[in-house]
Amino acid sequence: MLIFSVFKTLTDQQVTVELKNDLSITGILKSVDQFLNIRLDNIKVSDEARHPHMMAVKNCFIRGSVVRYVQISAENVDTQLLEDATRREALNQNVYLDAEYKLESREWRLPSGIG
Amino acid sequence: MSSLQGYVDRRVLLILQDGRAIVGTMAGYDQKSNVVLSDTKERVYSMDEGVEEIPLGLYLVKGDMVVLIGELDDAIDQATDLSTIHAEPIPPIRY
Repeated sequence: MLIFSVFKTLTDQQVTVELKNDLSITGILKSVDQFLNIRLDNIKVSDEARHPHMMAVKNCFIRGSVVRYVQISAENVDTQLLEDATRREALNQNVYLDAEYKLESREWRLPSGIG
Repeated sequence: MSSLQGYVDRRVLLILQDGRAIVGTMAGYDQKSNVVLSDTKERVYSMDEGVEEIPLGLYLVKGDMVVLIGELDDAIDQATDLSTIHAEPIPPIRY
């Protein structure tokens, strides 16, 4: 969910998407959804001479499951903020994994020191 | 799930997991990116010969198989002489 939000903040920025078939496509990020499917506008395939298949394609939808990397430019992301946020999210998930459900009282008990 | 909006009734290029490239008119889609294409043709790329177009008719493609769907710019597509294009086929997806 966090990464989805990060991608939403990157809309209208230029990104390069590398696919699991080794195609690399650069374009303007127009939208992203919960599956991390990506819409790109104004696309350009790297090494067009080798990949003329998409010459007449100007915008495309890329299925999230086939994306290997998304390259974003450093100025478009606050790395410190992202680091803090990912750690906070990971910590919260661990809290829920460690939680116990008490049958008698029918409530969740969080590990000591939390909540 | 806004992503395939705007492609309905447009000519699109569909790239599949096995590397096949199919052009057709987007008839419909759903939230799992299953798509229905009409008047489809497969474009077979090879280094030795120009691009071969094989008519396939109406196609329903399961979302799992979809790699990419691109809107074709008809002006550019029709101006391109496919028989002069020699290229390696698109590689299949490798996880």
